Amino acid sequence: MIPELGNFALILALLLAITQGTLPIIGAARGIPSWIALARPVVQGQFVFLAIAFGCLAYSFVNNDFSVMNVARNSNSELPIQYRIAASWGSHEGSLLLWVFMLSAWSVAVSVFSRHLPDEMVARVLGVMGLVSVGFILFLLVTSNPFDRLLPAAFEGSDLNPLLQDPGMVIHPPMLYMGYVGFSVAFAFAIAALLSGEMDAAWARWSRPWTTVAWVFLTIGIMLGSWWAYYELGWGGWWFWDPVENASFLPWLVGTALVHSLAVTEKRGSFKSWTVLLAICAFSLSLLGTFLVRSGVLTSVHAFATDPARGVFILAFLVIVIGSSLLLFAWRAPKVGLGGKFDLVSRESMLLANNLLLMVAAGSVLLGTLYPLIMDSLDLGKISVGPPYFEAVFVPLMTPAIFLMGLGPLARWKQASLPELMLRLRWAFGVSVVTALLMPFIMGEWKPLVSFGLLLAFWVIATIFVSIRQRLNNSGQGGLFTKLARQSRSYYSMHLAHFGIAVFIIGVTLVNGYETEKDVRMEIGSTVEMGGYTFRFNGASPVSGPNYQAMRGDIEVLRNGEKIRVMQPEKRTYNASGMAMTEPAIDTGFLRDLYVALGEPLEDGAWVVRVYHKPFVDWIWFGCLLMAFGGILAVTDRRYRLKVHTKHVETATVADDKRVASNPRLSTGGKKA
Amino acid sequence: MTRFLLPLAAFIVLVGFLAVGLNLKPREVPSPLIGKPAPVFQSQLLHEPERMLASQDNLGKVWLLNVWASWCVSCREEHPLLVELAKSGIVPIYGLNYKDKRDLALQWLSQYGDPYTVSVVDPEGRIGIDYGVYGVPETYVIDKNGVIRHKQIGPVTIESLEKKILPLIKELQG
Repeated sequence: MIPELGNFALILALLLAITQGTLPIIGAARGIPSWIALARPVVQGQFVFLAIAFGCLAYSFVNNDFSVMNVARNSNSELPIQYRIAASWGSHEGSLLLWVFMLSAWSVAVSVFSRHLPDEMVARVLGVMGLVSVGFILFLLVTSNPFDRLLPAAFEGSDLNPLLQDPGMVIHPPMLYMGYVGFSVAFAFAIAALLSGEMDAAWARWSRPWTTVAWVFLTIGIMLGSWWAYYELGWGGWWFWDPVENASFLPWLVGTALVHSLAVTEKRGSFKSWTVLLAICAFSLSLLGTFLVRSGVLTSVHAFATDPARGVFILAFLVIVIGSSLLLFAWRAPKVGLGGKFDLVSRESMLLANNLLLMVAAGSVLLGTLYPLIMDSLDLGKISVGPPYFEAVFVPLMTPAIFLMGLGPLARWKQASLPELMLRLRWAFGVSVVTALLMPFIMGEWKPLVSFGLLLAFWVIATIFVSIRQRLNNSGQGGLFTKLARQSRSYYSMHLAHFGIAVFIIGVTLVNGYETEKDVRMEIGSTVEMGGYTFRFNGASPVSGPNYQAMRGDIEVLRNGEKIRVMQPEKRTYNASGMAMTEPAIDTGFLRDLYVALGEPLEDGAWVVRVYHKPFVDWIWFGCLLMAFGGILAVTDRRYRLKVHTKHVETATVADDKRVASNPRLSTGGKKA
Repeated sequence: MTRFLLPLAAFIVLVGFLAVGLNLKPREVPSPLIGKPAPVFQSQLLHEPERMLASQDNLGKVWLLNVWASWCVSCREEHPLLVELAKSGIVPIYGLNYKDKRDLALQWLSQYGDPYTVSVVDPEGRIGIDYGVYGVPETYVIDKNGVIRHKQIGPVTIESLEKKILPLIKELQG
C-alpha cells in the first residue's frame, strides 16, 4: 500500500511539474498575470508530493519491505537503521528520486526568496526548473521506478553495497546532488534571461547567491567523497581521477568560473554572454555527470547500477535540454550585448584569463574522461586513461591560474598598471620565494616540486596579506579593528576561499612530497618504524558487527618508547553479500596522519600490514572547507539582504549595455565560446 | 551568429560519441579463459553434502555451468529461463552455488524450481576465483573436451539464449 501511495504521489508531482514547465513560461511571454501567478503554488505543491514519495520509499526501507524490488536489492534486515535510511538514496532509483526531490526543494527556495524579483522573471525561472523536473520524473516512472514490486517477495534483501555502509557516504551523495541540482537555478536564470532578452547587473545580482550556494554544496560534496575514498577504500589515496569523480569535478571547475564571471557581470556589466554560456555549461555538465554514472558508458568503480535503456533515455533528455538551450543561446545571445570595455591589464582581463584556464582544464578533464569511450567508438581498442595524463595536463594549467589568483584581487577594474602592481607586490613575491625555498629543509629534504608547490601557496597567502593591508590603509580613520570591521563580508569571503586554495595546495604538495608507505609482513610482537613512530603488531582477533564478521588487528603506536595510542584496523566480511572490506585505522593529526590497514592473513597469526605516514594530508580537506566557508560568507553579504528599495537605483547605475565596446578583441561577446 | 553556434556544434559531436558509446559494453572484456580448458574442481553437492562432483566427470558431454546464489536478485530474472531450458533437455545445467548458505540456497530452489542436474557448493568462492567470476550470475558453456567456449556475464536472456548459447550448443553437440 505504502509503495503504491509513493508511486501515485510521484505521478501527481509529474502532472504539477508539467503545469509548472508550461503555463508560467507562456504566461510570461503573453503577459497573462494569472498564469504567471501559478508558478509559486505549483512549485510548492510539487514539493509536497515529492516529499510524500520520498517518505514512502524511506518507510519501505526502514520497515524491510522486501516486496519492493529496490529494497530487496539494496537493503537487508540486518542492516543498521541509519544505513537503511541511507539506502533509500544508495540505489540508482533512490538517488534519482533524491535528485528530483532536491530540485523541487531548490525551486521552493527560489519561490520563497524571490519576493523582490519581477514576477515574469520568477515565472520563467521556475518554469525552466519545472521542465527539468518533468524530464527527471518521467525518467523515474518510465525506466527506474523505485516503487516497482517484487512478487513473490524476497525472504531477505541482498544488502546495501558495503562500501556505502559508512557515515561519510550517508551525507556525501545528498551534498553532491545539492550542488549538481543547485546549478539548475543558475541555469534557469540564464535561460530566463535569454527568453526575456533582459540581462543587466540586477540579473547577475539575483543569480549570484544561488550559484554560490550550489558551488558551496558541490565543494563540500566533493570533499566528502575524497575523504571517504581516503579512509574507506584502504589505499590511502584521496583522488583517483575516476570517471565518476571527474563527473563531479567538471561542474565544479565550470561553476568556479561561473562564480567569478558573475562577479564581473554584476560589478561591471561585462562578460554577459560568457556568463550565460557558463551557466548553461555548469548545469549541462551536471546532467552529463548523471548520464555517465547512470548509463554504464564508462567503467568505473562507482557505477553501481547500469542499464542501456536508461542510457538512451538520459541521452535523449540531454539532447533536448542542452541542445535546446545552446540553440537558444546561439539565437538570443547576440542580442544580449557586449558590456563594458576594459584594458589588456585590468581585473576583468585577469578574471577572463582565469576563466579560460578553468574552462580549458575542464575541457581536458572531460577529454580524458571520455577518451576511452571515443577510442572504443572508433574501434581503436579498449584503453583507460589514468592519473598521469590528468596530472600532466592539470598542474601546468592551474599554475598560471593560481598566479593570477594572487594578482587579480589587487588589480583595478577597467584599467590597471602592470609596473604599479609589480611595485605593490614585490615584497609578497620575495617573501613567498624565500619561504618556499627554505620550507622543504624543515621537512628534512629539499625537493624542487615541493618548493614549487609551496611557492604557489605562499604567493596566494602573501598577496592576501598585501591586499588586506592596502585596503585598511585606504579605509579612513580609526583603529585596526574599526577598519577591519568596515570591510564587507564579500571582500573577506573572497580571501577566505582563496586562502582555502592555498591550504589545499600545501596539503597536496607536502603529502605527495613526503608521504611514506610500507607493506610489511608482521608477526605477533614484531615492530616497524616510520616517520619517528614505532608500530607494534599484537595480533588480530575475530569480532562480530551487526551485519558482518571481522578480524580486528591490534597495533600499538609508540613515540620515543612511549605508547601514544592503539590502532585497530579491520578486515570485514559482510554476511549477506560475502564482500570483503578493508577498514583502515587512522590517527588524525594537525601535521600528519598515521594510517594502518590490514592486508592478507599469513600463517601463525602473522598478517600483511600496510602502514602509511602522511604529512599534512588533512590540510587538503581543511582547504576545501575554507573554500566552502568563503562561499557561505559571500552569500551572507549585506547587499543581498537589502531588497526592493535599492534595486532600481543599482540597475540604473550599472547599465553598461549602452556603452559600446570599442575594443572587441577584449570584450566578451561570446568570442571565446 | 556563427560563433554563438560553436558550443552547439561541439555538443552535437559529443552526443554522437555518447550515442555510439551506449551500444558498446566496456565491461565485457573478453574472458581470457575462452578456448582454454575449464579449471578443474571437486566439491560437495548442495543437496547431498556427503557426495562430491568432480568437473572431469562431465568430460564427453556439452554442459552449462551456471553461477548462482540465493542472495542474488538478478539470478531470479534468468531463473525461469533456466528451468525451461532444463525441461527441454537440450543441455544439462550444473549449478555453482556461490558464497551462499546451504539452508537459504535449498529454500530458494524449492521456491523457484530447480533446473540443475546437480549444484555444487562454493561457500568461500574458491572455484569462483579459478573461473574469474566477477559478478553473479554468470554462465559458462563447456564442450566435450572440457574447454570453455562461451561466457555469459549477467543474467541469461531470451535473446542471448537464441542468438548465441543455443546455436553454439547445437554446433558443439553435433
